[in-house]
Amino acid sequence: MITQWFFTHVDRRGAIVIALLVALACLVPLSNLLLPPTSALHVPTYLVSLIGKYLTYALLAVALDLVWGFCGILSLGHGAFFALGGYAMGMYLMRQIGPRGVYADPVLPDFMVFLNWKELPWFWHGFNHFWFAALMVVLVPGILAFGFGWLAFRSRVTGVYLSIITQALTYALLLAFFRNDMGFGGNNGLTDFKDILGFNIQADSTRSMLFAATALFLALAVFVTSFIVRSKLGKVLVGVRDAESRMRFLGYRVDRYKLFVWTVSAMMAGIAGALYVPQVGIINPSEFEPANSIEAVIWVAVGGRGTIIGPILGAVLVNFGKTYFTAAFPEIWLFALGALFILVTLFLPKGILGLYGTWETKRKDRIARKRSEPGSPATERATPIAEPQAAE
Amino acid sequence: MKAKDTLLYLDGVSVSFDGFRAINNLSLVLQAGEMRAVIGPNGAGKTTMMDIITGKTRPDTGDVYFKGEIDLTRHDEAEIALLGIGRKFQKPTVFESHTVEDNLMLALAGPRSAFSALFHRQSADEAERIDDILHTIRLHTKRDWLAANLSHGQKQWLEIGMLLAQDPKLLLVDEPVAGMTDAETAETAKLLREIAKTRSVLVVEHDMHFVRELDVKVTCLHEGSVLAEGSLDYVSNDQRVIEVYLGR
Ligand SMILES: Nc1ncnc2c1ncn2[C@@H]1O[C@H](COP(=O)(O)OP(=O)(O)OP(=O)(O)O)[C@@H](O)[C@H]1O
Ligand SMILES: [Mg+2]
Repeated sequence: MITQWFFTHVDRRGAIVIALLVALACLVPLSNLLLPPTSALHVPTYLVSLIGKYLTYALLAVALDLVWGFCGILSLGHGAFFALGGYAMGMYLMRQIGPRGVYADPVLPDFMVFLNWKELPWFWHGFNHFWFAALMVVLVPGILAFGFGWLAFRSRVTGVYLSIITQALTYALLLAFFRNDMGFGGNNGLTDFKDILGFNIQADSTRSMLFAATALFLALAVFVTSFIVRSKLGKVLVGVRDAESRMRFLGYRVDRYKLFVWTVSAMMAGIAGALYVPQVGIINPSEFEPANSIEAVIWVAVGGRGTIIGPILGAVLVNFGKTYFTAAFPEIWLFALGALFILVTLFLPKGILGLYGTWETKRKDRIARKRSEPGSPATERATPIAEPQAAE
Repeated sequence: MKAKDTLLYLDGVSVSFDGFRAINNLSLVLQAGEMRAVIGPNGAGKTTMMDIITGKTRPDTGDVYFKGEIDLTRHDEAEIALLGIGRKFQKPTVFESHTVEDNLMLALAGPRSAFSALFHRQSADEAERIDDILHTIRLHTKRDWLAANLSHGQKQWLEIGMLLAQDPKLLLVDEPVAGMTDAETAETAKLLREIAKTRSVLVVEHDMHFVRELDVKVTCLHEGSVLAEGSLDYVSNDQRVIEVYLGR
């Protein structure tokens, strides 16, 4: 029953990736915790956290692909939703520190004591409960995205203009969060976390569990995204991407469809941020940096937009490259990233996965031609998702 | 004339773009069940008239009524589509990365909310409707093709099929035979005459052979208003029509 339901909403490729992620969620913690460090199969803790971090980026990339790849909304501000989710988690982790801070105040985080604040600001209440923080992780980005999208999509802001205001949104938040009097730790952000749900955040077992949670949430995101894009709603979204006014003249309220995926996508990005913060141990305003959002766009472009799986690949590969380059040749990383983006745009408009798709199409084409007369319809319909076109 | 008892009623409609009057005091009436051909030189305002009827462009002045009482200037594109006005664009516009079948599925009349679309399951009835339309537009052998791979003429037909799937009361068809072969043009005329048995149709076309085959009342637009109206023979013998349009 459930398996049947599952397979009607996910294609083979999606199912494989979900299975892989679930396997990773089980095997990596087992290897890290049970195998001796001398074993060849032992995954050291630093690597667990590093890959865990990549997977949170992958989750952000999947969220971005949902709006960009499938609905043509190029967001240059998705890092804002990621960072807001991260801050919500960070606030919970701050309050878990309790009296163990430098100033040993039982309630106030260190930076508030330092600023001479006497009591907790109203918006910090509730964050001592995990469930409340978890709710805020999706609600805050969700509500912001809903409000923003409601205004933008109803007044039919599209294309470059929309991209620019998403960039302005994340920049405005960057400036706001830098201010000490905003009450989010200003420049330094939130850090020095001690534990999460009662477990020591530095412990190997906690790090393994955070990794597992990330892999499972990513698997869930792949499923949800597949569910959406394979439904009739997903077909409407692709229709909006390719011919928005056609969709309107068919009687669809395009703005509501956009608002729906936009909000879902922002919530996914929020979850990604919330999983990121405990694994890297800090959240500060630099996460709102416009460049971060642009990097996320590059991951999606490199992996292949409109493919669900491509963005995961893109996020992991590009960040692997980033880790390597910034250690080996720190000064050329940005140039390498820029060059990569240009190369992909010029030579791989459908990304790495698109390359694979083209190859597969050619292979099927050859087989079909061998079997039937040349130019049979089978040769022309092998690509499931045609390349996205520029909106009108 | 009164708007009552008409299907489409335009009276004294004007619209300007940056001071240029694209539609100038235009009046046009379509009865229920009627098919009308609209001709006129490039830039006469034919497409703009359709933009006004479908809510894409707001007129500066004038009345636009549907079914005698619905003021179309107060509704947007999606609402007007749901009221029962379907439109084929001048440049064929289908969803290129969807299959022929999915194009029709999206156009099929039915609930349009995002929520219902998320959990939509195709019913047997819908599948049957799609089958019917695929046969009508002669694309049943290509139902799994991506629309991008259709020929220009086939895209035109697919778009007409999408109009049919919408089940509108009034079809606005902008240059349906542009880029078609003579055989395809004749087929399209037949198809439109068939459609016009059950609905009202407004066709814009430059192809005079095609207009003759439609065999309906003709309106000639020029500089945003009606120049002549009547049978094709009457209109094509009008001295001014010959001067601005046919004679060139
Ligand atoms: N949105 C717009 N902004 C500015 N000018 C416009 C706009 N829409 C139409 N026009 C102008 O209005 C005039 C009428 O254009 P329209 O497209 O309605 O002509 P048409 O009769 O459909 O011509 P054709 O036979 O070439 O399709 C043209 O001069 C066009 O340039
Ligand atoms: Mg026109």
